[in-house]
Amino acid sequence: MPRVHIPAPARDLTGGEVELELEATSVRRLIGALDERFPGFADRVLEDGELKPGLRVAVDGHVSAMGLLAQLEPGSQVHFLLAIGGG
Amino acid sequence: MAKQRIVSTSINGNPVEFLAAPRQTLLEVLRDNLDLIGTKEGCSNGNCGACTVIFNGRPVDSCLVLAVEAEGGELETIEGVAPTDGLHVIQDAFLGQAALQCGICTPGFIMSTKALLEENASPSEDEIRFHLAGNLCRCTGYDKIVRAVQQAAEGVTN
Amino acid sequence: MATVEDRQFRVEPFPGGTPGNQRLVEEGRLPDYDVVGTRPIRHDGTDKVTGRARYGADIKLSGLLQGYVLRSPHAHARIVSIDTSKAAEVPGVHAVCTNADMPSADHRAGDLGEGIVDWYHLNQNVLANDKVLYTGHAVAAVAADSVHIAEEAARLIEVEYEVLPPVLDVREARGADAPVLNDDVRTDLQPAGETGDTPTNVAKHFHYEKGDVDAGFAAAELVIEREFTTETVHQGYIEPHTATAFWSPDGKITVWTSTQGSFMIRMQVAELLDVPISKVKVVPMEIGGGFGGKIAVYLQPVAAVLSKLSGRPVKLNMDRSNVFDATGPTPGSYMKVKIGVDAEGKITAGEAELLFEAGAFPGSPINPGCMCVFACYDVPNGRIDGYDICVNKPRTNAYRAPGSTHVALATETIVDEICEAQGICPVEFRLKNAVKEGDERVDGVTYPPVGMWETIKAVELSDHWQSPLEGPNRGRGIASGFWFNFGGNSVVAATVNEDGTVSLIEGSTDIGGSRASVAMQLAEILGIAAEDVTPTVVDTDSIGHTDVTGGSRTCHATGLAAIKAAEDIQAQLCQRAAMLWDVESEQVEYGDGATLTGPEGKTISFQEIAGKLTQTGGPVVGRGSVNADKHGGAFGTHIADVEVDPDTGKVQVLRYTVVQDVGTAIHPSYVEGQMQGGAAQGIGWALNEEYHYGDDGRLHNASFLDYRIPTCYDLPDIETIIVEVPNPGHPFGVRGVGEVPIVPPPAAMANAIFRATGVRMRSLPMSPPKVLHELLSSDG
Ligand code: FES
Ligand code: FES
Repeated sequence: MPRVHIPAPARDLTGGEVELELEATSVRRLIGALDERFPGFADRVLEDGELKPGLRVAVDGHVSAMGLLAQLEPGSQVHFLLAIGGG
Repeated sequence: MAKQRIVSTSINGNPVEFLAAPRQTLLEVLRDNLDLIGTKEGCSNGNCGACTVIFNGRPVDSCLVLAVEAEGGELETIEGVAPTDGLHVIQDAFLGQAALQCGICTPGFIMSTKALLEENASPSEDEIRFHLAGNLCRCTGYDKIVRAVQQAAEGVTN
Repeated sequence: MATVEDRQFRVEPFPGGTPGNQRLVEEGRLPDYDVVGTRPIRHDGTDKVTGRARYGADIKLSGLLQGYVLRSPHAHARIVSIDTSKAAEVPGVHAVCTNADMPSADHRAGDLGEGIVDWYHLNQNVLANDKVLYTGHAVAAVAADSVHIAEEAARLIEVEYEVLPPVLDVREARGADAPVLNDDVRTDLQPAGETGDTPTNVAKHFHYEKGDVDAGFAAAELVIEREFTTETVHQGYIEPHTATAFWSPDGKITVWTSTQGSFMIRMQVAELLDVPISKVKVVPMEIGGGFGGKIAVYLQPVAAVLSKLSGRPVKLNMDRSNVFDATGPTPGSYMKVKIGVDAEGKITAGEAELLFEAGAFPGSPINPGCMCVFACYDVPNGRIDGYDICVNKPRTNAYRAPGSTHVALATETIVDEICEAQGICPVEFRLKNAVKEGDERVDGVTYPPVGMWETIKAVELSDHWQSPLEGPNRGRGIASGFWFNFGGNSVVAATVNEDGTVSLIEGSTDIGGSRASVAMQLAEILGIAAEDVTPTVVDTDSIGHTDVTGGSRTCHATGLAAIKAAEDIQAQLCQRAAMLWDVESEQVEYGDGATLTGPEGKTISFQEIAGKLTQTGGPVVGRGSVNADKHGGAFGTHIADVEVDPDTGKVQVLRYTVVQDVGTAIHPSYVEGQMQGGAAQGIGWALNEEYHYGDDGRLHNASFLDYRIPTCYDLPDIETIIVEVPNPGHPFGVRGVGEVPIVPPPAAMANAIFRATGVRMRSLPMSPPKVLHELLSSDG
């Protein structure tokens, strides 16, 4: 199952849980599964059904260009991060 | 605007006459009136050297020279540096040593280098750095520029 | 597999460079390429050494008007009224505009790829109509027959201000009684936290936590906590901002400008002027430096509005004081950082509180600051809190590895203090604690293969580290740094010419030789010479969306697009050869030496088949389009030798070496140039550069005379050691190069100053008066 890292500010929703394994084949489904288990989670990361402006998803350490559409493998590691502006 | 004056000068070996208002700098006239846009503006107050031209044999910041002061003078700009059949050794050296990144400072550095090598054909590294200290480059850290000037000096002396 | 510690390395000259340009080589492993790693003359070089290259200010158009922007003399004031009638009457004036001439904007977040922008804030930054938030904030603009007429007319514009008290320091600005700059700003807890409900200057609070921080510190033998401050500094590119625009009667807007990202300019202009992006064409001129500061719009929408009002093309140029007053800069900061280590010198925990100036509107690089603060080391337990705080200074923008240089000053000087206290060599400490593949940052992300350890190894093996430094008041310091780099969208189209050359077009503006490094990657795949590729940067109507030249992404991502375009050409040429030979295209192979081979020993060269394209179906165009996301991070470690004058506090750099993992160097000269240039900027930031504000919030040093960037006389030769730990996310292993070299210098210099004098500097810049002050107080 993919593993998702819960950002520190959202751990109030997960009762302090930092990393979870959840059945999901895409980031969108993963967020759905998280929201089912921890109501309110989707509101923290989505706006009008899309990732909030500036929010990014990293899969296996790489910020994915596919966002919600990124596909997940059984061992994938998922992180929520903010976009990083370079110079 | 105050009355414009006719200024007679020589630019890159050719006699040139132009009209200039008393307030206009040489930089402004070169770029805006004479289309010699190779001379660059970085600060307009004599602090960056991007606008360096050679005026009567000396490197000057053209933003600090009034256009009317060019009367009767001889000017050399970046447009006059390359011979008709290729590049000047200094230009070749800047390319070969990768002495430019964005390139906005490059015309000014080439003019200052030309003036230096005309006065001192084999400068030490310290002399090069001292002479070029009026030209700012924010991209390169100057290392490759100094190498280029050293290479050009060898080309000039050989 | 051998562990990294038993691998054998040596440092040797990088072929084609000067003796100061070296590389780290691992025994038995040398890259084998024909074009990659060589040093061809850059394609745009001749134009740039002869003065023919056309930069933003060089554009000429018939009927061109010149503009002038009127700017606020106050750091913080409410605009009561603006009366432009007198200016409009001046002979030679063709248009006057204020914010009222732009469509109104609402609070919507726009995603610029590498970050977000609030359109209302950007609208207000371009031309204010509500409040001015810094001296130099634009309020109105005039277009006239000459810039002198425009300036005289602009001075007749009457603006009535209600002056408000400014706040300039981040610690004051977050206090409860500080004047609030933007009444729409609420504290947003990130990532995935909640938003506050009272107006404040604290726009964002980032919070990261890993492990058990308290237990980590409890297990430490030594804990050091220090406070640091840095001042606002500017990117300092030599070319001031400039924009020329023509709003045609058919509704199409053309903008000629020098920018890091023509597509980002297109998006911002379209959004602020409320027109579709397809109605805006941005023509990128050559760009005279950016370093992150030429991504946001300032003049472009204003020039377009003036053009619409006058019916003529309009050019706006900033002068140097405008550039300092109103663009850039990177934030000043306050930081408190704490690190614990066990008896063996292994880090057990880290904690950081970071306050960054956002400037007038939210948007400092505080988040990357948080993510970089402990990024070089394996920190098992960590807590990081970062705050983005509005103050009455220009809206901050990216500057080379944004946020990372600040935090490296803190972490790397504390590390040096730990080494001093525990009697450990700073190289050994870093070898022991360096992050490796699989290590997890405090933000939770694990590293792919990275080269931090290898950069330290190269320091250990370098001539610089091994040569003793002797003499009074002299010291040597080292420091490391990290930057993420970026991938993103890039498009390349490459046309095969009949004479066996390739014309390549791309959307990445070329700031430091990227045309060459992109063309070289295409040439390597096709097996042709770099000189046989002609790269051209084209406008936004001529190629697909390409992200900014920034984030150290161009050589990686636009290079990937060039590689794809080359592979597309190969596949098409195989089909053509199959047609000529009457065989299946699977039977044709594009092999080494730019030769296609088929069954029964048939061969044809790239040059030959290029001459036969019209007979075999028409011209061949290769296409490459990517949204790259495996860029790999970059680490650098620098060595600085300094001498401190005990009478004046002046710090002279005696010797300086930049070591950096670049993945693979495509054009080593321009890689070295990035390393040297980044280090020079970092040295300037370390020793000299700062914005000086009066209590009234006025900037006192808005010129290159008073804001002094390093000259060639201030700097020594800058030696380089290229480390090549290939990035698995790129066929040649390219990582980004441009940003990380600015990160270590302030910390390396501070550590060197300590070794020279016994004084720890924790505040930038380490200028003569500040160093002297510390020297005198330590004596006393
Ligand atoms: S433009 Fe003349 S010295 Fe800077
Ligand atoms: S090459 Fe950019 S300023 Fe010198």
